[in-house]
Amino acid sequence: MAIDKFLVEASHIMMFARSVGDANPIYHDEEYAKKTDLGGIIAPPTFAQSSAQFDPDYFLRPKIGGEGWFGSGKEATGSKPSKESGGGSGGGAAMGLHAEQHFEYHLPVKAGDVLSATTKPGNSWEKESKRAGKLKFSESVTEYRNQDGELVITATGVGVQTERAVDS
Amino acid sequence: MLKENEIKVGDTHSAILVEDLKRTQIVQYAGASGDYNPLHTDEIFTTQIAGYPSVFAHGMLSMGLTGTMLTDYVGDGALKKYGVRFTNQVWPGDTLTGKVTIVDIREEDGSKLVDLEIETTNQDNIAVITGNATARIEA
Repeated sequence: MAIDKFLVEASHIMMFARSVGDANPIYHDEEYAKKTDLGGIIAPPTFAQSSAQFDPDYFLRPKIGGEGWFGSGKEATGSKPSKESGGGSGGGAAMGLHAEQHFEYHLPVKAGDVLSATTKPGNSWEKESKRAGKLKFSESVTEYRNQDGELVITATGVGVQTERAVDS
Repeated sequence: MLKENEIKVGDTHSAILVEDLKRTQIVQYAGASGDYNPLHTDEIFTTQIAGYPSVFAHGMLSMGLTGTMLTDYVGDGALKKYGVRFTNQVWPGDTLTGKVTIVDIREEDGSKLVDLEIETTNQDNIAVITGNATARIEA
């Protein structure tokens, strides 16, 4: 995955913060945020995940045109794009799941920043599990840089492919 | 930001992150994050084809909810590291409680830091997230 322009916008931060139950004004109130040491609206700690919105090839977003929407219409359907990176939370019927996620914060991400991101594969390994059969883990490391080329976040995701649905 | 003279190793902070998690909140997270995996939003696909009892939350929604508690505790812009393992799935109807425990207070490159252990559990006291974080504190 490579993302050329991840526009960090105040309205997106507000929507993201709402979805994780965060009413902190630092994420939506410009007047409040200006008066803090941070000097403006910042992004919550897991916001970098929403860079998927700016990845042209992100496989878990329904596409306009050709491939169209995936998911069930009239009938239950598992038609889905193919699974690749471990950075997301995995793909549909392929039983891909998100096993771990780690963030290192080097600089605050602020509304108005324009980030870019590059992802490299990390380690991969296998494990047997009683709850879901053979597990194949794969790691991906994404570096986010700001408009000045400074490293702001290093994100390491671990995805797992399971043999079957996880017993709960 | 936490102050060094007001905290000690072993201190804990906990909060209820969500009560009776709704499918609509999962949809809200899908829209905000951009992750439209049908396992999280498409009940008939998830039950009839993927073989799960219902849709379930994105791991990153649980990490985000836990992050809300974490930043409420350590303050804005104070986190240096935050990492988790997703140990169990989170289902609609779940009530999640997050807890952080101070495991170390130390100095690195001239800044004072606190290391935290994190655990988020559901209503059956089963861990859905375990992890750790490091945050800056005031000397």
